[in-house]
Amino acid sequence: MTDATAPQSGEMLVAYDGTPLKQQLAKTTRRLRFNAFMLTLPLVAFLMVAFVLPIGDMLVRSFYNPTGSAVVPNFAEVIKDWDGESDFPPEEVFKVFVEDLALARKNREVGKTVGNLATRVNYEIPGSRSLFTKTARRVGKIEEGPYKEALFEIDKKWDNPALWKTLKRVTQDYTISFYLAATDRKFDDNGSIVQADELYRIYLPILWKTIWLSGLITFLCFIIAYPVSYLLSTLPMRTSNLLMILVLLPFWTSLLVRTSAWIAMLQKEGIINNILVYLGFIGDEHRIQMIYNATGTVISMVHILLPFMILPLYSVMKTIPPSYMRAAKSMGASNFLAFRRVYFPQTIPGIAAGTLLVFILAIGYYITPALVGGNDGLLISNLIANHIQKTLNWSLGAALGAILLAVVLAMYWIYNKLVGVDNLKFG
Amino acid sequence: MTITEKIKAPGFAALVIATLIFAAFTQSGAGTVGFFIIFGIPYFAMNPLPAYASTGEKIGKYAFLAVCTVIFIFLILPILVIIPLSFNAEPYFSFTEGMMALDPDAYSFRWYADIFLFGMAAPDATEGWWTDMWNNATWIRAFRNSFFLAIVSTLLATCLGTLAALGLSRPEMPYRTLITSLLISPMIVPLVITATGMFFFYGGTLKGVIPFYPDGLAKTYLGLVLAHATLGVPFVIITVTATLSGFDRSLIRASQGLGANNTTTFFKVIMPLILPGMISGALFAFITSLDEVVAVIFMADVDQRTIPRQMFSGLREQISPTILAVATILVLMSIALLTTVELLRRRSERLRGMSPG
Amino acid sequence: MKLTKLLAGTAISLAIGLGAVSANAKELTVVSWGGAYTKSQVEAYHKPFIAKTGAKINSEDYNGGIAEIKAQVEAGNVTWDIVDVELSDAIRACDEGLLETIDHSTLPAGADGTPATEDFIEGTLYDCAVANIVWSTIFAYDSSKIADGPKTMADFFDLEKFPGKRGLRKGPKVNLEFALIADGVPAADVYKVLETDEGVDRAFKKLDSIKDSVVWWEAGAQPPQLLADGEVALTTAYNGRIFNAVAGEGKPFEIVWDGQVWDLDLWVIPKGAKNKETALEFLKFSTATEQLAKQASWISYGPARKSSAPMVGKYHNADIDMGPQMPTAPNNLTNAVQNNFEFWADNSDQLTERFNAWLAN
Repeated sequence: MTDATAPQSGEMLVAYDGTPLKQQLAKTTRRLRFNAFMLTLPLVAFLMVAFVLPIGDMLVRSFYNPTGSAVVPNFAEVIKDWDGESDFPPEEVFKVFVEDLALARKNREVGKTVGNLATRVNYEIPGSRSLFTKTARRVGKIEEGPYKEALFEIDKKWDNPALWKTLKRVTQDYTISFYLAATDRKFDDNGSIVQADELYRIYLPILWKTIWLSGLITFLCFIIAYPVSYLLSTLPMRTSNLLMILVLLPFWTSLLVRTSAWIAMLQKEGIINNILVYLGFIGDEHRIQMIYNATGTVISMVHILLPFMILPLYSVMKTIPPSYMRAAKSMGASNFLAFRRVYFPQTIPGIAAGTLLVFILAIGYYITPALVGGNDGLLISNLIANHIQKTLNWSLGAALGAILLAVVLAMYWIYNKLVGVDNLKFG
Repeated sequence: MTITEKIKAPGFAALVIATLIFAAFTQSGAGTVGFFIIFGIPYFAMNPLPAYASTGEKIGKYAFLAVCTVIFIFLILPILVIIPLSFNAEPYFSFTEGMMALDPDAYSFRWYADIFLFGMAAPDATEGWWTDMWNNATWIRAFRNSFFLAIVSTLLATCLGTLAALGLSRPEMPYRTLITSLLISPMIVPLVITATGMFFFYGGTLKGVIPFYPDGLAKTYLGLVLAHATLGVPFVIITVTATLSGFDRSLIRASQGLGANNTTTFFKVIMPLILPGMISGALFAFITSLDEVVAVIFMADVDQRTIPRQMFSGLREQISPTILAVATILVLMSIALLTTVELLRRRSERLRGMSPG
Repeated sequence: MKLTKLLAGTAISLAIGLGAVSANAKELTVVSWGGAYTKSQVEAYHKPFIAKTGAKINSEDYNGGIAEIKAQVEAGNVTWDIVDVELSDAIRACDEGLLETIDHSTLPAGADGTPATEDFIEGTLYDCAVANIVWSTIFAYDSSKIADGPKTMADFFDLEKFPGKRGLRKGPKVNLEFALIADGVPAADVYKVLETDEGVDRAFKKLDSIKDSVVWWEAGAQPPQLLADGEVALTTAYNGRIFNAVAGEGKPFEIVWDGQVWDLDLWVIPKGAKNKETALEFLKFSTATEQLAKQASWISYGPARKSSAPMVGKYHNADIDMGPQMPTAPNNLTNAVQNNFEFWADNSDQLTERFNAWLAN
């Protein structure tokens, strides 16, 4: 005899309405999952529109630049058929080019002017801008062929096969030119990829410098934060809370305030130089240049990012019972050995969290280097901002941004794997 | 050990001798006082070590405390130093001789007055002074813009963020890691990239897409609010999720068991418990917006300039102590906010029955 | 819940209270270079214009370049109504269709009745731009600190004869010209040499010789400040800024005119400006003979109209004849270069890149 309520083999458990319990459970789970997801949906949707799409937009602009085909649409169409083997495209292409140029000159539509095309070509062949604007002014007078000769007559610079190959390239909407430029490379006259002239290489060196300075800043933060975190984690709660304010106050203080403070501290007539002169360590004539260079960037950024190192270290160290160290010492380990073999390994999760976070934040810094970096303390972000705001080479700025984003996302992925994004905490 | 005992102990004698040597070497009063303070703090802060501790250990402990003192000074000094500098009577970023000698004439409130006067059409007029100040003074306009943006974007970020944090903290949440990573990413992605993307997207791509905004969102308050809310979201998520991690979910079941519907449960049970976390998150979002400058540089119009934006151009072009006066006000504000957050955190921990800390 | 409601309520009402500034009926946003220069325009243009038309003028400062104009025009949200730009920027912006074209025949005739097209100095009227002044980049020093001051551009690059830091504008423009002049290239040949790769190399090599001593400035107000603070011994600067520090604040600065690079400042109206009509009215008003002459009593920049020249008098509050202070005064033009806008329109992208690479290394 079997218990009536116990399940019998082969017979399924059913819910009150007769559906199998397993199915019911799955349904409930699905509903709960759905409900939980629905709670996050408004924010996810918000960030998709306000944050992810803009970044996607930037990525698209790094390889999609329709300037050429917007200014000379028909030319862009017909030059596709030219294989680029001969020196010049056929006469028909010249005719369309002249017509397109005249039309663009006449319409002066924003974003579709000869000036826009000239700017675009100028990125590839420096010094060619005025060739286009000058030609555009006279091109209306060409009434009949041969158009090729007519163009050459306006300016003999048109008699250059490399120029027409470039024109074919820039009238294609999708391009890798900007990624080449962002990695100090370019197309040569034959259309193959070569390194840029040494005097013009700037982006890769700055990228390496950014990584190196960020590494240095991270290391300095670690060296400084470790003892302080240790002290905070071992002090009685009341004292450590009090001292914690000294860490949290800078964290809560505006970045601009802290940067101005460092300018006041580090400048030639600043407090540190004044103290050094006052104490007689240096002469008044030999005040140290500590700001508007890489030194200034490093010092201020260490100060600004330090809390991001102290907080994770502190939260890990707080969980390590002091008895472990005592146990190690009572078993004969020296202070150093006990620290190295017992204490330090347990703080590694905090170290990983702190260093990765500081490195990620440092590598994309813009404001502080812009204000105290002078010339050799500039980071890659400053170059991006420069292209977006000053030179207006937006595609190049976007390509540099894409490269920086790739580096940061890689670090973020590692952070997720090692530390877990759930473990971020402040205060 | 009491302070008296500390003074009688041989360590103090060593400290005095070291200070005297330093004084003899540098011949400067203020330097000596500084030396004495820096090396005195760790001495007085040091707890007595057990009797069996060797001299090496004592020296090690002392050196460790001295290093920590220097680091704390490094952390806090730059922030404190701008406060007296903002009362400088001269237009410089450095202490003048008069200031060092505590001459009252070397101090003035002129840079604080400048906050109100700079940019005014007629600072000397008596009639319409207040309207003029409120509408035209550069820094006052910056304050208004900053607080307007910060308040609106904080409300947005806090509402959306709290809702999402509630979802994320449910055990059934699907793709939790992926979604959390996405929601935290505005803090991780370099600001320049975010701002560049927004500059392109809000200004160019969105042109003609949004009703009432035919020109897109560039140079609009809405665009800036969206940007700042985005940047504030991670802080709300992190703080509210942290509060929820200690949340006893059986309270929800108890409430439901007693017949409360979801809305009532949320407002009567969940909300009071997570409110401190929400407010901390909101304050984080608030300070993030108040401090944000890159998006403003990229997207804001000139009359939408905020305090940090104004400080940025000031520092780049014409450094004047007005910046320090503004900075001092901001520091005081940070202290107030920090205190609030600390009190809230303790309250939250008390509510959830955790030890105060 | 009271707390929440209270907080949210306060927050919302605060936000509304702080809300955006309301707009006036007849408004005009005039954008210029700030400091003493904007001051001179406010005195000579803005104030009389306000008195005449009752318009409200918002004066804004910027550091040159067409980035902001481009961003506004392309976004279709143009808040700048009239902008004071350099020639090469005016040409490029016009080429890219970012500016309104200006009909020269509508400009007011000179005080003596000469039609505007003849009254303006040659090369100061363009399709989209009307020049107001001639200005110049020169170098200057503090005569209270350097007794026997530098005389030539070569002296500027001579660290042994004149030790101390140098102030230069951050960017290749003008600096390359200065470097070549200092290296012995005659003023007339500067751009011919710069057109060649060797010429550019030569200019950078010359800049190399002082690179470690350079303090870079960006805003026009900085160089007088750098000189006054003793941060630099010699600095390049806009001549009007130095003059105003001397005449207005009594600073002991001395201008060296040798090798000066002069340029034009022009008014342009961004395409789609919200107050286009008022902007045009302002443009015509401010480039009239009288206003240009009046501006010259506030800053030492030369008026772009011939008819203004005889009316140029003394500095507004000191007994200084303005004529000899102008970049166009014959004594100052003995070794001078006119900025070649075409060269810079063509090459500024590339040379800026090279300049940045040079700076960073």
